[in-house]
Amino acid sequence: MKPILELRSLSKAFGGLQVIQDLDLVVGAGQIVTDDDPVVGQGEAVADLDFSLKPGEIVSVIGPNGAGKTTLFNLITGIYEPDSGDILMDGRSIIGLSPEQVSNLGVARTFQTLRVFLNMTVKENVMAAAYGNTKVGMWGSVFRTPSARREEKQISDLAESKLSFFGERLMGYRWDQPAYSLSYANRRRLEIARAMATNPRLLMLDEPAAGMNPAETHEITELIGQLRDDVGYSILVIEHDMHVVEGISDRVIALDHGVKIAEGSFEEVATNPHVIEAYLGAGAAGTK
Amino acid sequence: MTAPDETGIGVDEWVEQSEGRREGHTGFTAPARRLFDKLTPGSRLTLFLLAAATYPFLVRGSDVRIGITILLLAMVALGLNVVVGWAGLLDLGYVAFYGFGAYFYAIVASDQLPAHWPTWIAIPIIVAASALLGALLSLPSRRLVGDYLAIMTLFFAQIFVELVRNFERLPFVPDDLNLTGGPNGIPGVKPFEFFGFEFNGQELLGGTLPTFSRQYYLVLVFLGLLIVGLHNLNDSRTGRAWRALREDTLAAEHMTMPVNRLKLLAFAVGAGIAGLSGALFATVQNGVFPNNFNLFVLIIMYAAVILGGSGSIPGVVLGAVAIAYVPELLRDPTKAGLLFYVGIAVVLFVLVRRWDKIAATVGGVFVLGLVVRFFSSRIWDESILGEVNDTSLSRLLDDWVLNFESQRDVITSYAFVLAIVGVLLVVLATGWWKIAALIPTLYLAILVWENKLVFQPSITRQLLFGAVLVVMMAVRPQGLLGTRRVEIM
Repeated sequence: MKPILELRSLSKAFGGLQVIQDLDLVVGAGQIVTDDDPVVGQGEAVADLDFSLKPGEIVSVIGPNGAGKTTLFNLITGIYEPDSGDILMDGRSIIGLSPEQVSNLGVARTFQTLRVFLNMTVKENVMAAAYGNTKVGMWGSVFRTPSARREEKQISDLAESKLSFFGERLMGYRWDQPAYSLSYANRRRLEIARAMATNPRLLMLDEPAAGMNPAETHEITELIGQLRDDVGYSILVIEHDMHVVEGISDRVIALDHGVKIAEGSFEEVATNPHVIEAYLGAGAAGTK
Repeated sequence: MTAPDETGIGVDEWVEQSEGRREGHTGFTAPARRLFDKLTPGSRLTLFLLAAATYPFLVRGSDVRIGITILLLAMVALGLNVVVGWAGLLDLGYVAFYGFGAYFYAIVASDQLPAHWPTWIAIPIIVAASALLGALLSLPSRRLVGDYLAIMTLFFAQIFVELVRNFERLPFVPDDLNLTGGPNGIPGVKPFEFFGFEFNGQELLGGTLPTFSRQYYLVLVFLGLLIVGLHNLNDSRTGRAWRALREDTLAAEHMTMPVNRLKLLAFAVGAGIAGLSGALFATVQNGVFPNNFNLFVLIIMYAAVILGGSGSIPGVVLGAVAIAYVPELLRDPTKAGLLFYVGIAVVLFVLVRRWDKIAATVGGVFVLGLVVRFFSSRIWDESILGEVNDTSLSRLLDDWVLNFESQRDVITSYAFVLAIVGVLLVVLATGWWKIAALIPTLYLAILVWENKLVFQPSITRQLLFGAVLVVMMAVRPQGLLGTRRVEIM
């Protein structure tokens, strides 16, 4: 079993500033559920353990502002091309593919600065994302052929099921409201629903809990866990809220100035002197 | 999962309700808006088609031509709406596709070519060729957005007119071949003909219907089909993808939508509709000339889309009706005068809003007129003896407003300048000072209108048309039936 996503010594610089440097990362390689202590990220080495694996795992990326977290997302989804290194999906390089092609391979993301389709309805936002998995052409739509009607019904059902994932918040009368009428937190949920509608295997969430109150943060933490357990997504999360990171992560990666300074369980990374230094400055690790 | 923060939902609801309050469901247009919202798209279309189909029975023969102009503008504006309103691409070359379709049809259905093409073959070929041209022209501009795209496509619009105007002088064209007729255009274009039935300027059903109605109903049928097709397309994965593209291209690209292909498709669909409308235009006008496709025509198309409400099918149709019909209305001095005073009333409602203040303003203008007339007639009696325009409204006002027998041009010029100063004061002032400034300004405006503008319909028409557009856009910036675009984060 090949990992869903694998980065091999990835590097990216903007005008002399090294944003990502020699980064290695494996996501969705599988995870032993029988063991109390999950062993993850062993790539093809775990291939023969297929029977005891479930595909979903949650990897959190942490690091101070400017550490290169969002750049990493942009490299994976094809907005930027890396200077060197390789990005593999299911063992195939996706370097040079457009964001559209990458998303059709099963990578969906949300954005740190929300990018919902503001002047479309809530339901349309999610329905639009089903584009890549549907076929009916322009003429089929113009004449409303039976197959077009059938597919439209499927898209509608898909959108409703994805929106129902968030309880009552995005249901009922909300469907026909424009997305701009949603609160900040609900827009974040809508972005996740929209990403789910592309039928991904890897979900990349850029600060899903930003701008949420403690209760909502708690809720989104549970929800991300559900996305892994019930739906089976592998999830790559950027998050600043350490409670969320602690609550959801199977594995944590810490970046600083584009370099991976720590990787492991939350406890390991959180107590790592390099990580503490990156967040609090030199000398802070010693005082702890 | 329970919802721990009920207040969050409450806030959303409040925001949505306040949107609803702003969205035209208050004020004097509210009943019409609510009625419109209640109708299904199908019944709206049926009502529109019924009204449009009875139009030729209600007007004198030559006025049906105005109807044809309106329907054609609606068609071509609906095509522009696909590109601009849905896909959000600022295409200023759109008029070139309209011209391409018109010239294509004119060439194959006139004496420019030895053989005339049958209509049922020509039309699909024209639509396909226009769409192909649209797709081709979108290729070099597919990486461009916004104003950059606008400049690039504006070049296409300009080059089209130059090409047809100078066709025989192009390097690859033999000197004796002049397919487009150069600056003289192509006269004598044959009407549409389906299996022996000609859609010419003749009467339908042996003279029981007014002239031109064959063409009128032909265009109406095409418009009806177009509206149905576009409505279906808007509610499909393609339509949603276009709108997603307009809202956020980068996000759309990340949500599996092939952005470049969708842009190309929007250009092609828009161009195909423009080509079809152009062919209809060529047959209705019996000819095509380079000036039919200049930038002014493009601006009219954009005005219809923007005024009606970019992105809304009924809005664009209504916008086309307003844009094409208002200038015709202004040809008639009585109707023009009526429109002028209705315009003043609308300005009053928008600017003042409160009934007591509106009453004060109207009363103030009335009293001011009487006082000015009283003193002016004592001092200089030529100021009330001038020629009166022969409309009932002007005759009614003759005993109130000044009417100069001599020096009319000089006085109205000064009054015009003073009126503009008055407008500035009205804009700057607040509260009762606004009313104080408004009263003399309105009086001066009426004075200028009754003494000068009403006698010069050609100038007045443009002026008033512009004023009508400004007022309508000020009242509803999102267009008559458009929804307000929100860009808040």
